[in-house]
Amino acid sequence: MMQAWRARLDCRFAEVEAVFEDCMQEARQVLSDSGMLAYLDSAATLGKLGRGAEPVLTFLQTWPQTAATVGEDALAAVMDGVRTINKSPNGRAIAPLLQTLPAVSRRLVTPNLLQQYLDLGLHILAQTSGSIHGIHKTYASPCLIAFFESAPQVLQVLSMDGMRTWADYGIRHYRSHPDQQHQYFTLQSADSRAVLQRQRHGTLLVDHLRKLDLYLQALWQDPLALVPYAITPDPDKPMLSGQAPYYDDEGMRLPDVYDTRQGVSGLDRYRIAMAHMAAHRRWSRAIYADNFSPAQRLAIECFEDARVDALTLRTYPGLRHAMVALHPAPQPDACNPQTHSCLRHRLAVLSRALLVGAGVPSDAPVTSDTNATLLSFCERFQESMAQGESSTEAMANLAIAYLARTRCQSDQFADTWFADTVVDYRDDNRSLWKFHELSDDEESFATHRTSADTEQLHHLPPRHYPEWDYSSQSYRPDWVSVFESLHPSGNAGKIDQLLAKHSGLVKRLKRMLDLLKPHARVRLRHQEDGNELDLDLAVRALIDLKANRQPESRINESHRTDGRSIAVTLLLDLSESLNDKAAGSQQSILELSQEAVSLLAWTVDQLGDPLAIAGFHSNTRHDVRYLHLKGFGEHWDNEVKARLAAMQAGYSTRMGAAMRHAAHTLSAQKADTRLLLVLTDGRPSDVDVHDELLLTHDARQAVKELSAQGITPYCVSLDAQADGYVREIFGNNYVVVDRVATLPEKLPKLFMRLTH
Amino acid sequence: MTHPRTEPYYQPQANEVALYEAAYAARLPVMLKGPTGCGKSRFVEYMAWKLNRPLITVACNEDMTASDLLGRYLLEDHGTRWLDGPLTTAARTGAICYLDEVVEARQDTTVVIHALTDHRRQLPLDKRGELVNAHPDFQLVISYNPGYQSVMKDLKQSTKQRFVAFDFDYPEAAMEAAIVARETGLDEATAARLVQVATTARRLKGHGLDEGISTRLMVYAATLMHKGVSAHDACRMALVRPITDDADIRATLDHAITAVFP
Repeated sequence: MMQAWRARLDCRFAEVEAVFEDCMQEARQVLSDSGMLAYLDSAATLGKLGRGAEPVLTFLQTWPQTAATVGEDALAAVMDGVRTINKSPNGRAIAPLLQTLPAVSRRLVTPNLLQQYLDLGLHILAQTSGSIHGIHKTYASPCLIAFFESAPQVLQVLSMDGMRTWADYGIRHYRSHPDQQHQYFTLQSADSRAVLQRQRHGTLLVDHLRKLDLYLQALWQDPLALVPYAITPDPDKPMLSGQAPYYDDEGMRLPDVYDTRQGVSGLDRYRIAMAHMAAHRRWSRAIYADNFSPAQRLAIECFEDARVDALTLRTYPGLRHAMVALHPAPQPDACNPQTHSCLRHRLAVLSRALLVGAGVPSDAPVTSDTNATLLSFCERFQESMAQGESSTEAMANLAIAYLARTRCQSDQFADTWFADTVVDYRDDNRSLWKFHELSDDEESFATHRTSADTEQLHHLPPRHYPEWDYSSQSYRPDWVSVFESLHPSGNAGKIDQLLAKHSGLVKRLKRMLDLLKPHARVRLRHQEDGNELDLDLAVRALIDLKANRQPESRINESHRTDGRSIAVTLLLDLSESLNDKAAGSQQSILELSQEAVSLLAWTVDQLGDPLAIAGFHSNTRHDVRYLHLKGFGEHWDNEVKARLAAMQAGYSTRMGAAMRHAAHTLSAQKADTRLLLVLTDGRPSDVDVHDELLLTHDARQAVKELSAQGITPYCVSLDAQADGYVREIFGNNYVVVDRVATLPEKLPKLFMRLTH
Repeated sequence: MTHPRTEPYYQPQANEVALYEAAYAARLPVMLKGPTGCGKSRFVEYMAWKLNRPLITVACNEDMTASDLLGRYLLEDHGTRWLDGPLTTAARTGAICYLDEVVEARQDTTVVIHALTDHRRQLPLDKRGELVNAHPDFQLVISYNPGYQSVMKDLKQSTKQRFVAFDFDYPEAAMEAAIVARETGLDEATAARLVQVATTARRLKGHGLDEGISTRLMVYAATLMHKGVSAHDACRMALVRPITDDADIRATLDHAITAVFP
């Protein structure tokens, strides 16, 4: 039989020869007779591709496992894929494809899904292989091998659809950057991880921050910042110390995502983890660690965790179900003390007994000494708890006694039994310990490294905003960094001169303002005492009187002035093009804007509406600057004028990010109407964006977001040719000022018209 | 006008009963402040019973005018007839007049009580041209809730400074549980759990909740539970749904209910 197989394989690589018989025996277990023949034929084909022994060797080793999960019929599809790859310049990707097949097939259990996976691989191949004349693929894809290698890891967290989106994103954005493409598909770049994160299944912490904040506040009265950290999704490495939640001075650190487990939803898992940490903060006291051995510390942590959980359940007994479900249930005899160090396992069994037994008698039958010890310590634990809250010290004593009783030789083994011993809702207990002396191996977390240059340049940390990518109809997460700072100051007298220059206009505006004021009156009807008779009601009352019915006595009306409730942010485009001379004028657009903004600010100040003024310009997506000229709380005084006087133009116009940032402060204003006036002189653009539609679409998306937040964006464009794109961005909320020279006059009037 | 025959149940939290009696002895007008549903009205009823005075309660609203308090002319076949309003009736007969949620009334309305609440103890009825001298037993009590009032709805200083004031708050947990148990017949252990749920909600005040769960709502929930409704349903229906429309807060409180009632 073996001879016949060998003949059918027809392959003389020594490496293959060495493993051939083992592979055949393994394959025999899972493959049918016909499957066996197809297996050998495919291996023979791979051996004759002329790509060395690696493909055939990999295939012989991996196919049986793959076939066991997806079925042997999928072989044809795989071989088709291999043939296509072989015809392209990407032959070296065959081995990685075959190598990761078993891991991939564990996630994609149907032949259909596997087919989709192969199609995706070929799609990437077609899209990223380079060609010279556009006909023949000449250069190998820089990312195909990386894609096959990352596939198992990506599929751990994404569905097939999610993976396709993730890959599409990489192809679309890095098609012309081979190095970045490689980084993306090896999951090294930040974008790659961010997109992966967004496509994940499970409950994301960021989506539920408010709920969880409220939870801490309401049930624990322990308001603490919640900080997500990324977890590497790898089933082979269970959550060990580096991955467990923890808390420190800066807040509770929780994994960024939790899947539903054992019927406990991700949200509830967050709550349980937070409950455990909050319980530690409430009931645990840090004790000195120096005098305990590592094993003793482990045991103390186990008892202390059980204690705070028991106290939690005393207050919130409804959490028991979820807590028990999330606690691993190690089989008492799973770990063999002859071969492994069983300490962790023993403590996990104990921990479960303490948790389950905290109120209910333990259901574990007393069959051996170990169980008797277990039960006796459970009892001692309950006794200690029965007297009140007990204490960390009491638990330490109990733990040391327990360890002394159960210690065995094999605890020293290096081979530690880890299965079912990690209680992942519990934190790593770093706050339980304090040290007399800080040893060398003490890890120091969160040391701040600051570079002096960036500190100087930007006083506040950047805020990140997404950007809309119209071609994929999706957001690029955290794409733009906006730096916020105070605009430098100049000479305030300059603005006063400008206002004096326009004194005629100021007078006319003042007259308009006076005319506006009386209109803001509201009639109050049904008044018993008022300024005038409300005729309708008076007549009705008279009729009632004549008809011998009880007349309404509230027949007067009066007026009251309506309180305007408008908050305005004026957002100025300070891009380079503002330095141009305005058509038909000796002044630059910047100077005219300065005059217009001064007049507007004066007008709004007269009306008494809250107004903020800010300018923006951008130098690539990494540096969008948002400069404060006037805040809502500031008055129209010399400080503001000084900043306005120093206005300068430069760089480009990344409008969407600036609008999102302006909305951030504007939405905090309490007003019935919130208006965002954008004064710009051209279409959105930036030096790192080649597709001129992209930022236009992004700005339009920003407008939509703002409208959803109850903010009305309105654009004043100084570009006479703006109609096309401004309408696209702002809908009907825009006005084009053709003669820029008239801007100082138009802007305040426009504002008054808009707000009345 | 009510004249309680049976003793209303009121659990004193401190020495407020004695202080009120002292205030009544001096006929000082009294102001009761505190969150909604913490027992202000019950306290007045109890004191009226204890002092054996009739009690006239007026629930104030923003459409209320001075004549709703003072009285108005009614038309009859042969002309008009004056009908005393609740405040006038109380002043004439020597009852305790209780203006509930007085800030809800318009500010010009509240001014009519000024002459009644200082040394004059008089009520001018300008429509009738009469000056009513208050009965020696007459006392004015107002209540308001400083918690949810906006800046627009606050009492004038000139009104505030005519009263002695009691600050009410929800009773402490054990006492509140006892009150809920006494009011509804629910056992105290379950009542204590109800209080626990309410306490979690009260901690969210200012985080999206205008007002915490009141003792009154807890009594509703306890009543439902006593009638056989499950704890989860009763709490959701009586404690959570009435106080918030915010999905996040609702989810948090729902979780608190499951955490507290296993």
